[in-house]
Amino acid sequence: MSNEVMTTVRARSPLAEAWDMFVRNHAAVAALIVLFLITIGAVAGPYLYPTDPFDMVWSPFSPPGEHGFLLGTDYLGRDLLAMIINGARVSLLIGLAAAMVSIFIGVTIGAVAGFYRGWVEEVLMRTTEFFQVLPTLLFSMVLVALFGASLAMITFAIGVVSWTAVARITRAEFLRIRELEFVIASRASGAGNAKLMFTVILPNAMPPIIVQSALMVGTAILFEAGLSFLGLTDPNVVSWGQIIGSNRQYILDASYTVTFPGLAIFITVLCISLIGDGLNDALNPKLRQR
Amino acid sequence: MRVLQSLLIRIFYAVVLLTAVLILNFSLMYLAPGDVADTISQSMGGADKEVLDQIRADYGLDQPFPVQLGRYVGRILHFDLGYSFFYNDPVTKLILERLPATLLLVFTAQILALVVGVVLGVISARQPNGIASHFVTMLALFGYSAPVFWTGILLLIVFSLKIPWFPVAGMQDVTIEGGFVVHALDVLRHLVLPAITLASIFLALYSRLARATMLETLGSDYVRTAKAKGLAERHVVYKHALKNALSPVVTLAGLQFSAVVSGAVLVEAVFSWPGLGTLAFQSIIARDTPTILGILFFSALVVIVGNLLTDLVLRMIDPRLRGRGA
Repeated sequence: MSNEVMTTVRARSPLAEAWDMFVRNHAAVAALIVLFLITIGAVAGPYLYPTDPFDMVWSPFSPPGEHGFLLGTDYLGRDLLAMIINGARVSLLIGLAAAMVSIFIGVTIGAVAGFYRGWVEEVLMRTTEFFQVLPTLLFSMVLVALFGASLAMITFAIGVVSWTAVARITRAEFLRIRELEFVIASRASGAGNAKLMFTVILPNAMPPIIVQSALMVGTAILFEAGLSFLGLTDPNVVSWGQIIGSNRQYILDASYTVTFPGLAIFITVLCISLIGDGLNDALNPKLRQR
Repeated sequence: MRVLQSLLIRIFYAVVLLTAVLILNFSLMYLAPGDVADTISQSMGGADKEVLDQIRADYGLDQPFPVQLGRYVGRILHFDLGYSFFYNDPVTKLILERLPATLLLVFTAQILALVVGVVLGVISARQPNGIASHFVTMLALFGYSAPVFWTGILLLIVFSLKIPWFPVAGMQDVTIEGGFVVHALDVLRHLVLPAITLASIFLALYSRLARATMLETLGSDYVRTAKAKGLAERHVVYKHALKNALSPVVTLAGLQFSAVVSGAVLVEAVFSWPGLGTLAFQSIIARDTPTILGILFFSALVVIVGNLLTDLVLRMIDPRLRGRGA
């Protein structure tokens, strides 16, 4: 498209433009709808389907669809549907909160490293490499094991090990943008470092960070599922990974007790990664110019 | 000379990283509630404050942080990672017994994922809109979205319980008698499902990148030249293009080592594979802090060695990197 044509097009907000691109990706839109439904289920589900997930409601291993239990009962005779509905809360909440922790750490470290350069960058990037060497799951297992398996600790343990990718992306964007003319211009007109970092550079660095953040939520959900599968979870709440972990000895008798919660994780994370793809299409300026 | 120099720099850097892991380890142990004295007194059925203080003095726990840290690092230099009061064994012995199983699983899964991933990537790059290409896209989505322990359990249900092709758990059948070959084949049979499970996550990642880089190289000038001078299509794809498309994939694989070790923890738990992951899981339940921290140290070591090996492989496939420092 030539510049001449571009200037005649009425200026639209970047957000509206991005949304147009996003809507063109049908898989992403479908995923957004499904994820919306899952979120509603997690928020309102326990009120609409008030069975206590810890209650023994029937004999163990009642197959799906029988005795009025849509997904059957687990090895303790608990209603699997109620467990999955209640588990959605923990999985989504921890996924979201842990992703936010890691994005906060990653953006801060990446921004400072990319903005100040020099020895600050050296120290911060070596720290990032150090965290990349630690096997993430093992490290968070150690944190949860040593400092207790509260929901807050689990969130922190996931967030503190998974920020490295965000930090690298943020740093790369800051390195690129800090040399651009508009940044030099606002520096010349007297903008301080903090203002330059957070109101001038950061907004322009957001697109790849947003895409990565969306994927982070998915990774964090998988992470939480892994920890709770291993039993490293708050025993007072149900989560998807924990249902699988506690039922996995009985897969010979009742494989559905593992299949259904696993499907819940799979579908949720699949939706998030499809949305991530859609966001990538919508926010990647290279694609938009085509 | 320059190769040697860059190798030395890398090894020095690896030592620095490992020292940092040690300091982190020790700080965690220092900060965590409860210490060795508590563990010992528990195993004695409780002790009063005087005895606890005596134990703390015996183990040097009453010393200031830097002194304790120095002693800890000193012990590690003598390959002493402490003593597990749960297993009644030195931690180093416990870990070395289980390390080979984890190494076997991790490296088999990595190589499997790399080989199959690259093959799938090449096939789908040659026909960007073919069935293989769609398959790679689907696989990438599944690999990213399915929790690895769930994939493992599903494979276990299908290929071990419903169709009894592979064993349910463990690394070898102790009842089998025979020579080395028989035992090796037995381990191999146990390895199939865990390795496929672990590889499934990374297979997706590698095939997607291999596809992208292959598409890029196939469109480049030198490939067109090679085709124009009359070389066979196969020759161009596998000898010219693949060689260049390979290094980004191997680089990515190197960066994934810590994720592979993490995945191995879950896969080991599913298949009762007797490696570090299973040991970590058991010692976390038993609150066996020295063992847990020893495993964290050794798994970081595995990652660092994996990175060094990746670097060597990269130098082998990419002549441009040879002789370049760091």
